[in-house]
Amino acid sequence: MNQVLIYSIISISSIGALAAVILYFVAQKFKVFEDPKIDEVADKLPGANCGGCGFAGCRNFAEAIVKAGNMDKLNCPVGGNALIKEISPILGIEAIEREAQIAVVRCNGSKIKAPKKVEYDGAATCTFSHNLFAGESGCPFGCLGLGDCVVSCKFDAIYIDDNTGLPVVSNEKCVACGACVKACPRSIIELRNKGKKDRRIFVSCINQEKGAPAKKNCDVACIGCGKCVKACDYEAIILKNNLAYIDYEKCKLCRKCVEECPTGAIIELNFPPRKEKSIKTETVNSEL
Amino acid sequence: MSLLTVSGSPHVHGDQSLKKIMWGVVLAMIPAMLVSFWYFGLPAIIITLTAVISCLIFEYLIQKYLLKEKTSITDGSAVITGVLLAFNVPSSLPLWQMVIGALVAIGIAKMSYGGLGKNPFNPALVGRVFLLISFPVDMTLWPLPKPIWSLVDAVTGPTSLGILKEGIGKGDTISQLASELPSLQNLFIGGVGGSLGEVSAAAIILGGLYMIFKKIISWHIPVSFIATVAIFTGIMWQVNPEHYINPMFHLLAGGLILGAIFMATDMVTSPMTYKGMILYGIGCGVLTVLIRLWGSYPEGVSFAILIMNAVVPLINKGFKPKRFGEVVK
Amino acid sequence: MKTFKIGGIHPEENKLASSKAIEMLEIPQKVCIPVTQHLGTPSTLVVEKGAFVKVGQLIAKSDAFICANVHSSVSGKVSKIETVTDTSGYKKTSVIIDVEGDEWESSIDRSSVVKKEIILSKEEIVAKIKDMGIVGLGGATFPTHVKLMVPQGKKAEVLIINGVECEPYLTSDHRVMLEKGAEMLVGITILMKGLGVEKAMIGIENNKSDAIQYLQSIASDFKGIEVHALKVKYPQGAEKQLIKALINREVPAGKLPIEVGCVVSNAGTAFAVYEAIQKNKPLFERVVTITGKSVKNPSNFMVRIGTSVNELIEKAGGLPEDTGKIISGGPMMGKALNSLETPVVKGTSGILIMTKKESKRVEIQNCIRCGKCITVCPMGLEPYLLAQVAENTNYEAAEKERIMDCIECGSCHYKCPSGRPLLDYLRIGKNKVGQNIRNRANN
Repeated sequence: MNQVLIYSIISISSIGALAAVILYFVAQKFKVFEDPKIDEVADKLPGANCGGCGFAGCRNFAEAIVKAGNMDKLNCPVGGNALIKEISPILGIEAIEREAQIAVVRCNGSKIKAPKKVEYDGAATCTFSHNLFAGESGCPFGCLGLGDCVVSCKFDAIYIDDNTGLPVVSNEKCVACGACVKACPRSIIELRNKGKKDRRIFVSCINQEKGAPAKKNCDVACIGCGKCVKACDYEAIILKNNLAYIDYEKCKLCRKCVEECPTGAIIELNFPPRKEKSIKTETVNSEL
Repeated sequence: MSLLTVSGSPHVHGDQSLKKIMWGVVLAMIPAMLVSFWYFGLPAIIITLTAVISCLIFEYLIQKYLLKEKTSITDGSAVITGVLLAFNVPSSLPLWQMVIGALVAIGIAKMSYGGLGKNPFNPALVGRVFLLISFPVDMTLWPLPKPIWSLVDAVTGPTSLGILKEGIGKGDTISQLASELPSLQNLFIGGVGGSLGEVSAAAIILGGLYMIFKKIISWHIPVSFIATVAIFTGIMWQVNPEHYINPMFHLLAGGLILGAIFMATDMVTSPMTYKGMILYGIGCGVLTVLIRLWGSYPEGVSFAILIMNAVVPLINKGFKPKRFGEVVK
Repeated sequence: MKTFKIGGIHPEENKLASSKAIEMLEIPQKVCIPVTQHLGTPSTLVVEKGAFVKVGQLIAKSDAFICANVHSSVSGKVSKIETVTDTSGYKKTSVIIDVEGDEWESSIDRSSVVKKEIILSKEEIVAKIKDMGIVGLGGATFPTHVKLMVPQGKKAEVLIINGVECEPYLTSDHRVMLEKGAEMLVGITILMKGLGVEKAMIGIENNKSDAIQYLQSIASDFKGIEVHALKVKYPQGAEKQLIKALINREVPAGKLPIEVGCVVSNAGTAFAVYEAIQKNKPLFERVVTITGKSVKNPSNFMVRIGTSVNELIEKAGGLPEDTGKIISGGPMMGKALNSLETPVVKGTSGILIMTKKESKRVEIQNCIRCGKCITVCPMGLEPYLLAQVAENTNYEAAEKERIMDCIECGSCHYKCPSGRPLLDYLRIGKNKVGQNIRNRANN
């Protein structure tokens, strides 16, 4: 009995030793050189593999940034400026400061403002619904409210508000990875600068129809009247295809356009309430 | 007028529904159930009720409190599991063991995978095999059937396959064992020791024909399964009729008919294309015979089906339907 | 009896209007004619606001290959040119005409005499069909003249006429075959000449025995036309299934019928071709079935293109109280309408009104892997798998499992005991895979 024990210990150990030696030589022979910087950079990255940088995963981004040796077109929106500062010494290049961004839902056609005209009954995905018809409200540009963006978000930063039927982006959780922008079949969601103290002004509508048909489906549609363009002192607003668009790089957050808009399509976020005069825009949920 | 509905085509739906299918299966099991009540009396009724009710309760509790989803006990699938589980145990099984069997079947084999449609193995069979391995004595003590009105306590004894296995093991020949074995006629009509559902092949076949008629199951699995067993055992019988018993006995004794008609055909755990179904049936048949003739258990149907269940995803991948307009290379 | 082999279902037929003769619908006060009513390159407008148009006058055209002209269906003044919601609720440019009288273009022969003699040559026929704006009237609205131009290297052997009408409820083709049979056969002869084939086969499902008998009795006067009865089975009216049923040839995946020497055209289209060639009448009216279990008078109307669906419903006894859904086309492949203002277009074969109860989809439950979707799929696909990979956005797998072969017949969804919206997901998958394929082709 003892002999059996000893034999098995010896034979199994020697197989193990032999395998280790073979593995060592094979590993030496087939070793692939990899820049150690890649590992260093990859360690610093958030590791969410969200794809916000345009690459499949964080490691691919690390490889790309090490290979490129500069940051002109490469950015990790999740890590933001802090991360870029951290990894720039590893790469030996200067960090580029970028403004923080956030996803913004450019539709305010809620259940009340753009009431249902037909009822949708089918697969609960915006993609299918978008291909099938114009939407319950009849607006062919508006939010379908079936939550493709919610599904796409890896950070749990977006949810559908039951009262309005519209997606809401969380200020804290959103990392501006852009997954929802890609997921939305109607391109309603846009990445915009987060703004000072999270203050933002934007046109919450992408309807390119003329005033009358747009207004028919939705009370808060942009009708392309151009009043905001005239009101803006900084030439930040462009009117194209019956739709106003505020350039967030040029906007100085003066709020003149918000007051001017006859339909309330321009939304201001996280501003203190106005002191005097009538307030045309309703107060908006700070999380919107 | 209220709002119009918009949805993608098609705008009409056929008359089949999950509930209809599931309750159809339950209906098909009723003849076999009644036969078992007839032969095993009150204990059979109690054990069947215990199994069904505990399956329903476990499904309800798990869906409501663990998964926190909408409960779906009315769809009939838990009832099927309960009845099938009862079909697979002797009527003398202690009730607490039955409850544990139901918990394993519903809790482990079905709900832990996500509920109806997601389980890779047939829940009732998992429950049965669990019981067989955990309580081998209680699970193999078979009360001999007696008329329902008889007041004498049930006598227990081995199943016909058990007698055969033991006899062959001892080195007896078939002709020596013949007197101990039940006649083929009795095996077909009923009145032979075994688990509840196994007593009458005729009642089960009746249920099977109903299901095929109602298009709940297709003929492919039962036929290929049973035919494989018949051919395989037939060959062995030709080789040595004194060592291997005739194929008719193999067909009618034990749980083959029950397994082939009610358990191998479970939609969730069987292949989806006809070609795949036939291969699956053949696999079940071969494994059953291998276990019966050379394995250590007298009966192999449940093991065979469970093993083939594990192969189903592979079969689904390998056996695609014939595509329309496929270019043959 | 002939039919196709793989899959297929038997939905309730409900051909409520099959015994109702075609009635002329009154000309409406106003019509709204979409500028593009076919599959292919959009057409461009050739009339201006304020212009007076006659019945049959050209209002939109295009020189592109896959394109069809559009003609005015009424006489009157063009009051507006604006975007109007189409069947899907999206906006399309349309011409709105206020009707004044009923003045036809003088070239149109309005007599009802059946003109059998074909004077035009092969090329002239094709050119005239294009001018007259003929498109497939079965619903897909593919321009007919394109079908007649056989690509280089291919040879057409047989013309197949689709008189199957496998969709439940619809009866417009049935009535055309029964009432305009002789004209239709002349139309088929014209198409045969245009295509350069000697043989045509008409496939009709066996539930239209009166039409089969009638056509068989008069087909002997026409050379090379055979009438075949087919077993009732959906989707027999799908091009590939019909070819399989009639001549037992399988169109290879991703290819057109011409690959196996066939060209398929619809029965209603053949009638339209007759009118276009022999009577100089452009395609500006068509037979539309208005039906539904709750509809008072299910009927078949000859309707001018551009008439709003509302008018049809009024003529058929008004909109029932508990209407839940209005469908343009049949219940299996039709489109649910967003509004009653939607105009009838060239592809509108029927208007189906469903009650609230009928229009409600069944509750969605877990897939139980019963395999019924595989059994009924006429293309031999695995809808459960395709829907699953499409839902998980695994489009490469979907492409490998041949999602693009799907003909969107809806049999899988119809049969699914769990009521899963399989076709909804298949459509998403097809859409995305189609995009991927196009992207690859462009790169």
